[in-house]
Amino acid sequence: MSTPDVAVGPVYRRTAGKRFTLWAGRLGWRHAVMLVVVTFAVFPVLFVVSAAINPVGTLSSSQLWPTGASLSNAQDLFRNTPFGTWYANSLFFAITNATVTVLLSALAAYAFSRMRFKGRRVGLIGLLVIQMFPQFLAIVAIYLMFSNIGELYPAIGFDTRWGLLLVYLGGALSINTWLMKGFFDTVPKELDESAQMDGATHAQVFVRIMLPLVTPVLAIVALLVFINTINEFLLASVFLRDSGSQTLGLGLYQLVDSQRNTNFGMFAVGAIMLSLPTLAVFWFLQRYISEGLTSGAVKG
Amino acid sequence: MTADRPGTAGAPVQGAPAGRKRPGPSSGSPLGGQIIKILLLGLFTALGVWAVLPLYLAGVWWGIVLVVAVVALVYWVYLSKRTVPAKYLVPGVLFLMAFQIFPVLYTMSTSLTNMSDGHRGTKEQAIASIEAYSVVRDADSREFTLTVAVNGEPETGELVFLLTDSEGNAYAGTEEGLTDLVGAQVDESGKVTDTLGYTVLSPTQVNARSDELQRFAVPTDDGAGIRSSGLSSAFEGSAVRVYDQTCDCVEDTETGIVYHADDERGAFYDEDDRRLPQGWQVGVGLDNFLRFLFNPTFASSFFGTLVWNIAFAASVTFLVFVVGLAVALTLHVPKMRGKVVYRILVVLPYAMSSLAMYLLWRDMFNADFGLFNRMLGLQVDWLGDVWAARIAVILANVWLGYPYMFLVATGALQAIPRELGQAAQLDGAGPWQAFRHVTLPLLMVAMTPILISTFAFNFNNFNAVWLITRGGPFGSEGTTAGGATDLLITYTYRLAFSEATAQYGYAAALSVMIFLIVSVMSVVSLSRTKALQEVER
Repeated sequence: MSTPDVAVGPVYRRTAGKRFTLWAGRLGWRHAVMLVVVTFAVFPVLFVVSAAINPVGTLSSSQLWPTGASLSNAQDLFRNTPFGTWYANSLFFAITNATVTVLLSALAAYAFSRMRFKGRRVGLIGLLVIQMFPQFLAIVAIYLMFSNIGELYPAIGFDTRWGLLLVYLGGALSINTWLMKGFFDTVPKELDESAQMDGATHAQVFVRIMLPLVTPVLAIVALLVFINTINEFLLASVFLRDSGSQTLGLGLYQLVDSQRNTNFGMFAVGAIMLSLPTLAVFWFLQRYISEGLTSGAVKG
Repeated sequence: MTADRPGTAGAPVQGAPAGRKRPGPSSGSPLGGQIIKILLLGLFTALGVWAVLPLYLAGVWWGIVLVVAVVALVYWVYLSKRTVPAKYLVPGVLFLMAFQIFPVLYTMSTSLTNMSDGHRGTKEQAIASIEAYSVVRDADSREFTLTVAVNGEPETGELVFLLTDSEGNAYAGTEEGLTDLVGAQVDESGKVTDTLGYTVLSPTQVNARSDELQRFAVPTDDGAGIRSSGLSSAFEGSAVRVYDQTCDCVEDTETGIVYHADDERGAFYDEDDRRLPQGWQVGVGLDNFLRFLFNPTFASSFFGTLVWNIAFAASVTFLVFVVGLAVALTLHVPKMRGKVVYRILVVLPYAMSSLAMYLLWRDMFNADFGLFNRMLGLQVDWLGDVWAARIAVILANVWLGYPYMFLVATGALQAIPRELGQAAQLDGAGPWQAFRHVTLPLLMVAMTPILISTFAFNFNNFNAVWLITRGGPFGSEGTTAGGATDLLITYTYRLAFSEATAQYGYAAALSVMIFLIVSVMSVVSLSRTKALQEVER
């Protein structure tokens, strides 16, 4: 398509000034607007990077532009806090939850997309309705429930990884299942019908035919669940009270909660470390993101 | 993904068993599948046995019935040939039932009780606790050497008194009573140094829990109990406050005051309506709801919070939409230098960890050391002033939220043919009119469901408020009333987990109220989206 350029008229010769006015009217103002937006978008990120390498490491000495560079904040963070444990915990929850959620959701989406059974309509509407009731609203009940469960089964009580993971998995079937079901629907039915004619079981159709064709949506759901889990605070704060069992998010929260000024450099390093996994998944999955988002999943 | 779709139809089907042609319905899974199935069922059975043991020891019979029923259900689903859809739905649905649907129902039932600190257990537990707590030293009191231990983690486990008497006998005392302690290592002073099953606390750890220690008592025989005096000794004495079954009351033998049981309020009250601190859990009907709907103080807190909650979600959604759309429109030209760089930088906030970024914004707003006050030379108490705090919270959320709208709006704009706008301009419409009457209506078709879900998300955006202001600043009534930036969910969280006395019943009632509000909003919005039509496909 040719550029719809309004200036392609019978103009014999443009002066430099006139050309600039045309450019400003067509593209110049766009660059000006983008400059403002980019400034707004980037300055907190710039600030956190600058604070992370700030040798003094306090909030009051951190500038927008780095005044010096040192790794002392990172060293403090590794030495004075159980940073490695926190990070491992965060990644454990994010990766396990994302993997299992994708698996459970894909199984359910396959049933909803390919099979007709009693209760299918109710189930699909139910999933939409449940989405309106985020799990954390029932936090009081979940807390009371696990006070009792923890007495019977210490292995899945408070301060354990498995207890919180179970709660997270309670939210596995959600709007994500809808997202997947929609994508499964776009795979032509003839494919699995012909495979079944050839003697494949429903399990073989699912594993060998469906899953390879719907990888993009699996990736998107994994990405969204990963990000949501790594940023989850409410349930984690109720479940993980012992410092050794906490996630990086909880640890950072306490770090700046007790010593707002002096720990800021350490916090900044931790904030960057917490963002690295999300930045990485964004980078690898960027081509899927914009469409996955328009399909209706939300991240804050 | 769009690019992939046309390809899917013609894509080679990997692994389709094209070679084996068996007419008619398939008969059974291949061997590998069967083995996996048997292994998984075996694993699940083992899990069931593991779950039954503690239930059996604790004598929770209905729990055993439940576990057996679930295991039986799973066996039936995976061994029957007629339950194909259930094979795919059962794993997710089991989790959904246990950790989402059941908690919601449990919240509803808790909301009808007075459950809170001081009203947690049964009446019998409350009486035992009252009697043991009122123990005083007699002339012939037994004395013990005390070692404080816990059952579980040092910070959170239940307290246990490890006691040794002068003859060297060792006991373990819990809130339920006294049992013999076997296999404990005792040093010369009578202190227990190591024992099976309990974690002995260090002096610092004991200090950290000294408040609890003060209130802790081990009930022994009728009307007697063991309490600590100091950190390393304990005594057995008789109770000053004694429960009398005939009058259903507790009498204080020292002062002579009689406290009568009030089964409606779940505590013992004297004639002047003063109560004993230890109470029990009773059903209070709709009292919790009536309280925040009609009690003047609570109602003003609740409705004030509700109004701000709606205003917060609406203004964040609106601003995020306007900024995101504006950026998308700015970049919506065929050729522009640096477009890719602009896109990456603009989306950057979305790719950062939102939890860390909320904390970062809170520190940038810090009145003493924060970036804003220092760079702009201001003296604004950002998080201490009502409106400054509200603006701060909204600003931080716009920063985190607009990239998402930008991505969505860019996608939607690309789907609208450019010719439409050009045609309108040929017909004499100005650029604004063309946008307002041609592009925007088309855009809204795609954006409305997104806007609804963004609103619903922000309505309960706990992190957005808790991590920046914790709901504050607070008025003169303190943190039990709603703060200026409190959302209903942060208010609920604080009442249940962040106050000196946890009010579970009241917090659960607030949760149910949020459920109801969200339901009304979702019924309205669902009826307007096309999502439901998809069910019929």
